[in-house]
Amino acid sequence: MNLTRRGLLATSLAAAPLMIVPGLALARAETDKRFVMIILRGAMDGINVVAPVGDPAYAPARAALAYQGAATINGLFALHPALVETSKMYTAHEALFVHAVASPYRDRSHFDGQNVLETGGVSPYERSDGWLNRLLPLLPGGARAIAIAPSVPPILRGRNGVQSYAPSGLPEPTDDLLNRVSAMYSPDAVLHPIWDEAMAARRVAQASGADAKGGRDLPKLARLAADFLTKPDGARIAVLEFDGWDTHSGQQGRLANQLKQLDTALAALKTGLGPDWSNTVVLCATEFGRTVQANGTGGTDHGTASVAIVAGGAVNGGRVLADWPGLAKPALYEGRDLKPTTDLRSVLLAASAQHLGVDPAQAARALFQDAPVPLATQGMLRV
Amino acid sequence: MFTPGAIALNRFGLGGTPADNPPALPQAWLTNQIERYASVPPVSTANGDSVSMLAQFAAFVKARNSARQAGTLDAFKADKSHVEFLRDAAVGQGTARFVSALSTPTPFPERLVHFWANHFAISSEKQAVRAIAGTYEFEAIRPHVTGTFTDMWMAVMHHPAMLVYLDQAQSVGPNSTFAQIAGARGRARGLNENLAREAMELHSLGVRSGYTQADVTELARALTGWTVGGFARGLPPRLLGSGNEAPGRFAFRDAMHEPGERTVLGKRYGGGGEHQARAILTDLVHRPETATHIATKLAVHFVSDAPPPALVQRVAAAFQRSGGDLPTTYCALIESPEAFAPGPGKFKSPWDWSISAMRAIGLTVADNRAVGMMHELGQPLWQPGSPAGWADSLGAWAAPDALLRRVGVAERLVNFAAPTLDARALAPRLLGELAPQTSRMIAAADSPRQALTLLLSSPDFQRR
Repeated sequence: MNLTRRGLLATSLAAAPLMIVPGLALARAETDKRFVMIILRGAMDGINVVAPVGDPAYAPARAALAYQGAATINGLFALHPALVETSKMYTAHEALFVHAVASPYRDRSHFDGQNVLETGGVSPYERSDGWLNRLLPLLPGGARAIAIAPSVPPILRGRNGVQSYAPSGLPEPTDDLLNRVSAMYSPDAVLHPIWDEAMAARRVAQASGADAKGGRDLPKLARLAADFLTKPDGARIAVLEFDGWDTHSGQQGRLANQLKQLDTALAALKTGLGPDWSNTVVLCATEFGRTVQANGTGGTDHGTASVAIVAGGAVNGGRVLADWPGLAKPALYEGRDLKPTTDLRSVLLAASAQHLGVDPAQAARALFQDAPVPLATQGMLRV
Repeated sequence: MFTPGAIALNRFGLGGTPADNPPALPQAWLTNQIERYASVPPVSTANGDSVSMLAQFAAFVKARNSARQAGTLDAFKADKSHVEFLRDAAVGQGTARFVSALSTPTPFPERLVHFWANHFAISSEKQAVRAIAGTYEFEAIRPHVTGTFTDMWMAVMHHPAMLVYLDQAQSVGPNSTFAQIAGARGRARGLNENLAREAMELHSLGVRSGYTQADVTELARALTGWTVGGFARGLPPRLLGSGNEAPGRFAFRDAMHEPGERTVLGKRYGGGGEHQARAILTDLVHRPETATHIATKLAVHFVSDAPPPALVQRVAAAFQRSGGDLPTTYCALIESPEAFAPGPGKFKSPWDWSISAMRAIGLTVADNRAVGMMHELGQPLWQPGSPAGWADSLGAWAAPDALLRRVGVAERLVNFAAPTLDARALAPRLLGELAPQTSRMIAAADSPRQALTLLLSSPDFQRR
């Protein structure tokens, strides 16, 4: 089956009236909801993404990296100018930002920091499976998850089967060969379930006409994710990865480039999800932030708290959620980093488990061993 | 399922070829290769060494700057011929890596080249790094895999690829002559701790091994002045120093170096010169944390995602006792019975799988298609995206889409096999004993080519 993208959109629109009747949407099983997690690898500089230009300590600390005369969105913060589409979502109350947020991890290793972000442990390598994998059995209706990547990122690894799919330039193997490989893998306890997931994702991709020869940049992958998420029997959770945030030098141009891609990807999700956007939460989170002071090479070094971007039609947006600690030297974590005042796990919980209809207390136990849910993230979702 | 001979071929080597048989004396087969290893690969790169690649890169930057000043930057960027040398470098150096791995007479040290290049990983996102990602491996890693850890690390820390990749080339001591002059002109220049952190976390001690942020910052201060000729922008010519300023080579610039003594892990290091950081790094090699870190990585790579602690301790003790002598360390590994335990062993990375598949069907040459194949399989050469390198575990590589891709690649690869190659005879010579279902499916294939495709796709062939 080879549906064009236009055909696919038309199909989703035809089904739309069923999904946007509010009472019906609430009464339906949680499979109407969509959650997209975008992992920003490399430590995104939250201070220049949602910049506290109203904080008197900002401009002196950031020196040449500081924005001059940027318009604020709420008197304190200004959005990076590359966030054009996200800014529109903010104005339309479909995006919010949680600032001064951090996981429990307090050292400055990317790899340990990402491990904590993805496994949901308190310390690195304490747990071997990903928190999003642990969430899957709690979801009513057997919602599926897919990694839009050739390999499964740690956040989705674990005992519950997940799909992975990424655009490929390879010719498709014949069905005969795939059937033989399936038979050959059947006695293998480790590889057989993985192979089965590959076959399942392939069926969905073929049915949706997801373009197997598409590009691999984030906006294209976001459109592909939307294709999977809009299928009636497709995934309800998608994970994307976006690296390149480790701006030790040349930050000005590099950060703008990164944010432009992220911004385009969020817009691509909104377009691709169509009516399902109203049931969607997209969370963009990074392992930690960057130093308050610019370093000596036009960049910033590894820090602690950063910002999380939360977008989607199900988000109660148009706000910056922050217990802002300030950038004055005495307010900094270890005298150098933005101090964390919100636990990132509370944002993860609200955006995923709570949004998907799982009791937050039950989810907190399963995912994060009773992580507290601070008030800052209550009411993050449109109810 | 693996016999000791098949383990030597696959787990420690790069996989068998149609000309191979599993060695009768596996350990001797491996140790003999360490003695015979020739550090110069049997192929050369057509593109030149790091110095000549960086000269081309400098010319490119100069031309781009001229275009910027002339207001023609957009036209310059649109003309892709300006960056052709970067693509040629990636293809030329990548092909050289393939050909060396396909044709080497010493596959065990060849695997160690790949291991160490991943341990001291760079990633070619920056254009300057892309130009020399392969030559870094040929110049800093390959000559030292049968030498000492210290020599290899020093070569790594002095190589332009590492100095540029982790921003060391631009790091300036806050109290150095250069920082003062730049400050007086209103241009703040200062410290960048990127390389110092990864040197402790990834190269030597290992993460969470007891060092602090203060130790990282002190090493970063000591490393200031370690740069690359032609790479420290804005330095007045009279401060450039003399002697070792050749463009594209390591340069120590005293004017960028933070004056004074440093304290790292409680030990003081007297002020002055390139020697200060060198002394710190040398001491790090002899810390027990480093021995444990290196032993763990070797055991994870060669034996199991969760290697037996006794094995790790034995290898760490050999590393520590010998002061980081690599052949001594390798011997402790291959003489350990755990290393030859049958059982699932390791799931192959895409590079492992590709090289072993190409060797299995008798390929000894490669071209740009092989380099492109690594993109399709999710492990583009010298581009792990982070200084931690590629992950070395089943969970990182055994993903649904990844398995499907291997089958697709296998189906194309077998078109390059000799028509007479019989998978039924080849399989036990490459892999020892096969899973019964694998043998059955290969025997039931509808053509010799399909039988080879199934062999390369089989669960047995996905592991080493």
